Order: sequence, then C-alpha cells, then structure tokens
Amino acid sequence: MYDKGKIITGLVIFLAIFTYPLWSNMGKAAPVPKPELPPKSVATQCIADTQYMRTSHMTLLNTWRDDVVRMADRVYVSASGKSYNMSLTNTCLECHSDKVKFCDQCHNYLAVAPFCWDCHLVPKPKEKK
Amino acid sequence: MGVDRRKFLKLAGVSAALGLGGATGFQLLRPGALDAAERMPTPYQMVFPKEHGAAEIMPNPKRLQGRRWGMVVDMRKLTPASARAAIEACNYYHNVPQIPGKQNIKWIWTAPYVNVFPETENPWADPDIKNAQFIVMCNHCDNPPCVRVCPTKATFQREDGIVMMDMHRCIGCRFCMAGCPYGSRSFNFRDPRPFIKKEYPDYPTRTRGVVEKCNFCAERLAVGKLPACAEASGGAMVFGDVDDAGSELRQLLRKRYSIRRKPNLGTSPQVYYLV
Repeated sequence: MYDKGKIITGLVIFLAIFTYPLWSNMGKAAPVPKPELPPKSVATQCIADTQYMRTSHMTLLNTWRDDVVRMADRVYVSASGKSYNMSLTNTCLECHSDKVKFCDQCHNYLAVAPFCWDCHLVPKPKEKK
Repeated sequence: MGVDRRKFLKLAGVSAALGLGGATGFQLLRPGALDAAERMPTPYQMVFPKEHGAAEIMPNPKRLQGRRWGMVVDMRKLTPASARAAIEACNYYHNVPQIPGKQNIKWIWTAPYVNVFPETENPWADPDIKNAQFIVMCNHCDNPPCVRVCPTKATFQREDGIVMMDMHRCIGCRFCMAGCPYGSRSFNFRDPRPFIKKEYPDYPTRTRGVVEKCNFCAERLAVGKLPACAEASGGAMVFGDVDDAGSELRQLLRKRYSIRRKPNLGTSPQVYYLV
C-alpha cells in the first residue's frame, strides 16, 4: 500500500474529529428538566390531567387557536366542570407565570423552539411581595 | 399466433366489464361503505380522548351576537379630537405599532375626502365635507377581494360578516394588500414590538412577515364589549347589526343620507358615512 503512514494518520484524525461530539460529551448527560409547577396557592389542577398536558398540550393549543380565531368559541369547560378562557397568555401563563421556569425547561431540553412567543406576550413575572 | 386488433379490443372490453362488475365494484358500492369517512372520530374526539375527560368548547355566553356587523360614521359628530381618541384606543387595544416612514402599520386612520371618495370628486361640494378628515378602516366588505385572493385562507369571512385574519396562517405574500381597494392592510416589514408604545397584555402583537388590519374588535365582541373605536369616539361611530331593522345603526341609515367607499367596485363595504 502506498502512503500507508499518511492514510492511516488521516483516518485516525478523521475518526477523532467525527466522533468528537460523542466522547467530549461522555458522562455529561443533560439533567432531566424539572418544570416548576405553580404553587398550590395559585392552582392545584390544570385544565386536563398531567399526562395529557405533557404529551399533547401543543395539539390542544392548536385546537384552541382554531376555535378562537375561526369559530369565536372562547370558553373551554374542563372535565372537572370548570370554565376557562381559551388564551395562552391570559390563562396558561396566568398560573404558569414564569415561562423560563416552566415552558423553557422542556423546550430547551428537547431543542424545540415554538414560535408562539413571537406574537403572544409573556407576562412579566410577578414581583414577590 | 398474433392477436389482431379486433381480438385485442374484444378481450380488453370483456376484462374491463368484468373488472368493474367484479367483487371490488360490488364491495365499494355496498350501502354504507362510502360513509365510513363520516364515522371517523371528530377532531375533538381525537384531541380530547375520553380517558382525559371529554372537554367541551363553547362561545362566551356574554358575547355580542349579530347577523351582519357594520359601522356608521357620523361626520357631523366626528371631530379631530374624537377621531384621535378612537385611533389611539384602537392602537392601544391591539398593540398596533407606530413605525415612522412608509412601513407604518395602520388599522384605523384619517384621510381627506378626496382620497376616501375619489370617484365623487366635485370642486364645489360643501367645504365642510370636502375639508373634513374622514376616519377610515377595514370596510369588512360583503364581497371581500382580500379573502378571494388569499392563497392560504389566512383571511376569511365570518358568518357575521367580519373579515378576519388568522395570523398563524399568513405567509406574508401580500396578495390581499394588492386586492384591497381601500388600502386597509399593512405588512409587517420588521418586528413591530420595539415600536409599540405601551403593550396591552390581553392581545397579542404581530410578528415580522404577516399582514394585519382592523378586525372589528372580534376579541371584544366575543366578551360582550363594543369595538374600541366606537366606544372612544363619543357617539360619532356607531357599531351595530346591519341586518337588524330595529338597530340604532339602521335607524341612522334611514334618517340620514349615507355614502360608502368605492361602491362601484362591487365589494359592498359595511362602513357607512353619514354626510
């Protein structure tokens, strides 16, 4: 084999660079996100059960969006019989008042960047008295 | 042995007839087979499965209901001050930015007679009318050209006549701006947020790359409030149901002479000016 030394060195360098993300991140698993729930004094239950909200809140929000904009239906009655105004900023973020400690936790972990906040305002975190 | 054309056509014809009348054909046309689509779960049943508690979605019971919303602008009552109050209320309640230059966003604004009613040009018209500043906004046409040209159905007409924008669907092609004969639509050439004087928390802002316009305060009607401009104008702007012969709006239209913008275009605007 001609240029054995050069080829093998090249391959070793290539493999080293190619696998860099793997071995440089070894043992540094990102911590599982812990979204902070609102205190019990604010709310004790969400509009649907936790498992559903965790997996399907985006589907629910898409449905809300279409209902509010297209059908002008703005009231959501949850399984427990409570009525909610269908609004991301004014209902969801009313309880989950700190976006950084709630929404962003999982969104950043999963590297998703929903563009809700390009238009929908994030209420300023309430000052603690 | 070759197959001549006659034989081939016969064979083809018989097999086609057999194919059509065969088992597949009968199965497809069996009563109820094509109705399967109707038995599919509705979007709600898919989004809110039973085990999570079937939720219900309904309109706000306090909402204002009308068959066909419209607006009357009484030019005798409209003063520069009341027009400004109406514009400021609208801009505040909808987070409308004030951008200097040609990229400004307009929901409601004032314009002189010659620009608002270009086809009724008349050098000797009443100077009170000719020199007046008319308040103009989206006309919520009965036959809206913007809705016809929108390729994504981002803008649509509600049953009560309001021509709405669904910002989530707008791709910023600006066909609607070309279609609108009243210049009622504005494009967000840049992020509008830095140009909003004071953010109103109950209404979203817009983002770069979407078109926006007056929505007849659909979000206020939904909770039982009148449009912000009508409320702030001190009686110069009357909002109501055009289809309801007993409404204040219809009484005004009966008593006084009213004009509409560019009626010859056939868009049937629903903003009436009492002159």
